[in-house]
Amino acid sequence: MIRAALLWLLTSLPAFAASEDIVAGLSQNRVSITADFDGSEILIYGAVKRTAPVPEGALHVIITVEGPSRPLTVRKKERAAGIWINREAVQIASAPSFYAISTTGHLRDILTETENLRHQITIPRAIRAVGISQQAQNAPEFLEALIRVREAEDRYRLRERSVQFTEATLFRTDVVLPANLTEGLYRVRIFLTRDGQVVDRIERQINVRKEGLERFLFNMSRDQPLIYGLLSLLIAVVAGYAASAAFRFIKR
Amino acid sequence: MQIFLPIADLSVNLFVLLGIGSVVGFLSGLFGVGGGFLITPLLFFIGIPPAIAVATGANQVVASSVSGVLAQVKRKAVDFPMGFVLLAGGLFGSALGVWVFSRLTAAGQVDLFVQLSYVLFLGLIGLTMFWESVVALRRANRPGAPIRRAHTHNWIHGLPFKMKFRASGLYISVLPPLAVGALVGFLAAIMGVGGGFIMVPAMIYLLGMPTKVVIGTSLFQIIFVTAFTTVMHAVTANTVDMMLAVLLILGGVIGAQVGAQVSGRLKAEQLRILLSLLVLGVAVKIAADLLLRPSELYTITPGLLP
Repeated sequence: MIRAALLWLLTSLPAFAASEDIVAGLSQNRVSITADFDGSEILIYGAVKRTAPVPEGALHVIITVEGPSRPLTVRKKERAAGIWINREAVQIASAPSFYAISTTGHLRDILTETENLRHQITIPRAIRAVGISQQAQNAPEFLEALIRVREAEDRYRLRERSVQFTEATLFRTDVVLPANLTEGLYRVRIFLTRDGQVVDRIERQINVRKEGLERFLFNMSRDQPLIYGLLSLLIAVVAGYAASAAFRFIKR
Repeated sequence: MQIFLPIADLSVNLFVLLGIGSVVGFLSGLFGVGGGFLITPLLFFIGIPPAIAVATGANQVVASSVSGVLAQVKRKAVDFPMGFVLLAGGLFGSALGVWVFSRLTAAGQVDLFVQLSYVLFLGLIGLTMFWESVVALRRANRPGAPIRRAHTHNWIHGLPFKMKFRASGLYISVLPPLAVGALVGFLAAIMGVGGGFIMVPAMIYLLGMPTKVVIGTSLFQIIFVTAFTTVMHAVTANTVDMMLAVLLILGGVIGAQVGAQVSGRLKAEQLRILLSLLVLGVAVKIAADLLLRPSELYTITPGLLP
């Protein structure tokens, strides 16, 4: 009786659980922005765990790293009376402050549009821009401009075929976080796809925080703006006084 | 070596900041100006957001003015009553400027307004100074030519609320100094400058103050106006970056002392021609940015329109 139940369990288990699972880790789950912060490199690595033989079709990995999202305004300059000034503006409900995609193949080959819509993987999908068409004549251009500007700043990037994938089991990639990093929780998502369909996905988080002096100054400027302003002044006055006193001393 | 600026949220090369500070300090020591009109555009060029460049620039001017005014106090070249009257106007102007600045930031036109102010005032002052110096140089080469009097009686002396200013040897209405102070305070808040380059000519030509007390008095009141501006920006918009300010000040105060040394070896007219060329250069560069088609038409600002 028991033996029969065990047998049943063993044979039917693969049918219940997903046949391929991601096991993954990050080289660090915490990034400290200190005074000498100059960007950081995160190693994302993992393996595909299987309880059954490898199914048909090539397996692919897509890894996204996403910074905290904020609302923002995109403005377009136009020529008026000979000078270039900001005219039309489009408000974007929320756009990630950082977004990096790394893949094992060309995105259009390894991900269908339906799956992209569901999981919001590509850069345009990661930006939530609802109802922008009423705000300006050529609203989609503003969205393209946002992506173009942020790509130039290295805030958004798509690195196809930058994930090493060994024997359809072991994968790894490095993601460089730039020096102009926004504080907050960074979401790392790893997708496993076959024939454009997402087979499995997992999520990890990286906590990016200002530390030490940076943390202290930032908090004070927000919590105690008056004291912060007066302290800035004090530094300026002391520095000015010290410089002239030192100079008189040297001159003598 | 990179350094992360906590308020500007970006990483900048330490030596670039020290370099900017010392070059501007050198020039301010050389010419006897605060240097705010140079430091703010230079901060724009290296990618510091305008609001932070303006607020932090004001903080830097405090340091260089304190450094400069101490020497002037020793020489008894500060007219304190005049300084206080200018200051009263200046605080009013500065508060108005900070308010206008936050309104323009909300409207997305702050960059334009700041740039236009720079082109207008730097262009005007640069041209006037250049012209004056050329005339002065010519006169120096041609002895016997008539000398123009700076202190002449005009409509300004007919205004009410007269007051005695001993150090300046003046008995005039308090209204013109109040107005000059307010204008300079307004500009200090908008442009992140001390306004010395406007204050000095206004004191000489509008108020008829003797040249020997002009620089000291102007520096004296600039300290308070820029100090007030710094605190106002810090409180209303959290835009003063202390890390940035400290680095600029460090380079600035050293550069200023070196500049003051060098200035002793140059002739006054030559100095003024050089300064006017510098001022005009900055004005032309900013004007070109406004007139030429920018390589990227779109800009991104955080937050939604109110």
